[in-house]
Amino acid sequence: MADKKKEEQEEVQFTPSGTGIRTNGQVVRSTELPSPTRKKHKSLGLSEEDVVDMFELMYLQRRFEERAMQMYQKGKFGGFLHLYMGQEAISTGTAYALNDDDDIITAYRDHGWGLVRGVSPKAGMAELYGKVTGCSQGKGGSMHFANVKDHFWGGHGIVGGSIPLGGGIALANKYKQNGRVTASFLGDGAVDQGVLHETMNMSQNWNLPCIFAVENNGYAMGTAVHRHSVGELVDRAKGFDMKSAVINGMDVFTVYEKMKEVAEDVREHSNPWFLEIRTYRYRGHSMSDPMKYRTKDELREYEELDPIERIKGYLLDNDIIDEDKVEDIQDSVEDTVMEAIDFAEESDFPDKSHLYKDVFVEDDYPFHT
Amino acid sequence: MAELQFREAIRAAIDEEMQQDSTIFVMGEEVAEYDGAYKVTEGLLDKYGPKRMIDTPISELGFAGMGVGAAMNGLRPIVEFMTFNFAVLAADQILNHASKIRYMTGGQVKIPIVFRGPNASAGQLSATHSVSYDSMYAHFPGLKVIYTSEPEDAKGLLKSAIRDDNPVLFMESEQMYGLKGEVSDEEDFTIPIGKAKVKREGSDVTVVAHGKMYHVAKQAASQLEKEDVDIEILDPRTVKPLDIEAIVKSVKKTNRCVIVDEAHPFGGLAAEVGYLIQREAFDYLDAPVQRVTLPDTSAPFAKNLFDEWLPGANDVIEAVNTVTYRK
Repeated sequence: MADKKKEEQEEVQFTPSGTGIRTNGQVVRSTELPSPTRKKHKSLGLSEEDVVDMFELMYLQRRFEERAMQMYQKGKFGGFLHLYMGQEAISTGTAYALNDDDDIITAYRDHGWGLVRGVSPKAGMAELYGKVTGCSQGKGGSMHFANVKDHFWGGHGIVGGSIPLGGGIALANKYKQNGRVTASFLGDGAVDQGVLHETMNMSQNWNLPCIFAVENNGYAMGTAVHRHSVGELVDRAKGFDMKSAVINGMDVFTVYEKMKEVAEDVREHSNPWFLEIRTYRYRGHSMSDPMKYRTKDELREYEELDPIERIKGYLLDNDIIDEDKVEDIQDSVEDTVMEAIDFAEESDFPDKSHLYKDVFVEDDYPFHT
Repeated sequence: MAELQFREAIRAAIDEEMQQDSTIFVMGEEVAEYDGAYKVTEGLLDKYGPKRMIDTPISELGFAGMGVGAAMNGLRPIVEFMTFNFAVLAADQILNHASKIRYMTGGQVKIPIVFRGPNASAGQLSATHSVSYDSMYAHFPGLKVIYTSEPEDAKGLLKSAIRDDNPVLFMESEQMYGLKGEVSDEEDFTIPIGKAKVKREGSDVTVVAHGKMYHVAKQAASQLEKEDVDIEILDPRTVKPLDIEAIVKSVKKTNRCVIVDEAHPFGGLAAEVGYLIQREAFDYLDAPVQRVTLPDTSAPFAKNLFDEWLPGANDVIEAVNTVTYRK
């Protein structure tokens, strides 16, 4: 009798298993992409030169990380290395859409963000190497690129930690009435942190000029979106009566167009937005990730939508530049990255005295011994 | 000298600083329209308006983080926690962010923020409302920690904390808000962070006590005086950076030391001061250093158990008797 009862019981399961999202009961892939914009660069207000620059900037982020990955694998530096590859349209489109004095803050997948906001390839690579010439003087590493003078408030290593910081930066902007917009980026994994909800609630109630933008790359480390979050991420905005949108993050024009619209609305009305920008990361969560949680087909499918190939195709199809010019740009980026590696290798490590530098503002703090 | 309640001294410090620096604002639960859960910020909404007196929802992690972000971006927030027992929810922002962002970015930002509110126990409030957190925060580099015992110290040190360009935790006590004391009338009176004060000179035993425990030590001193035992009470006032020089100087004079701390015994201020004394004044000691702390249990509700739990003057007297070999 007891055995029979056992057989009848359903197997208990908590977290849903499998990869991909459920659309009409069918498992497709981790994120569904909304349609990209159909607008051409001119109607978006971009010059041919802008488009070429966007391509160059995206390619720089890609090559910087491909080379960084090689250097990491060679054991040139330690720590974590979370690669942004596949998501470059978001950083690039946003940087072009926002004013230069608008504020950006993000989590630990921050190399691309640094490179679009004034961290030079040399200062970025040196930071990865932990050298004193790095953008954070070698004290932050891969997860803590920052360039505050150009309003990039850094990568931050604790999932969700940067969300209220972004809200606070926006609060200060509203307090000073300086018209600046803050864009606080987070990963899909951070959507599950309580602090997002605390910050969204206060931001809506206080009408803060802040964009909370989720870079939904399909996975919180190795956990697919549908396995860690119920419903659609964008719908989190509904509970706060916050304006929201879902954006295709694999197309730089789309990111640019939407970010520009949203930033203008935020600037005009001082109200927050919640954006879900769907994208994909090509590499693992970090370098030690074997990526067993997703299929090769899924990865291939997204690689075919590669944002850099896409803009390159646009440049060629629209005769903005030819293959030779593309090659010139790529060669020049490659040179820049290799120079950055030389620079990082030749730079000095921080002096031992830097152990105690910048803990406090003053130089004469009596450290405990 | 003016006689002020503790809460009035704190309010005066905030008010004076807000008057001269428009980047200072206060945020926290019930700080504005309710006039402060303990009336510390009473009247400040009327004076400074809702831009600078911000009522928050009960979201400690969120508003602490917003304070840190605002401080990075040029403001000087005073973030009030209804008690530091609730600030535990905000610990990620205090310990992982406020204390570390300057260091991690190679000095690109400064974070001039004050987190303030009552600390430790306040009668029968049970286990989750009764913990003393100064030592815990003092563990972390990048933070300054102040826990004062008297209105004058509170005013002078809070003004210094608000002017400090680093994150400062400023701790008070629900039970001391009504306590009156003489406060200097001196214009722009401040007390430097990191300086202890000998509040009762004595020759027989150094008693180190701060916050609410200072008053327990004072009670013990007046009873011991009747027995011709003359204790010196030293109030560190600032827990981090700790004025160990002042403590060592006193111990070298009295050759005996008791530390009274309203924290649990493991790894707290009492443990730290005890270690430092053996390192710096070993040859001067005539008895092992003793400490009076909470027991290694959480706060009980029942009145009899709570009284047993909280250090009192008798515990201090007993410790003094031990180091003087009177018993």
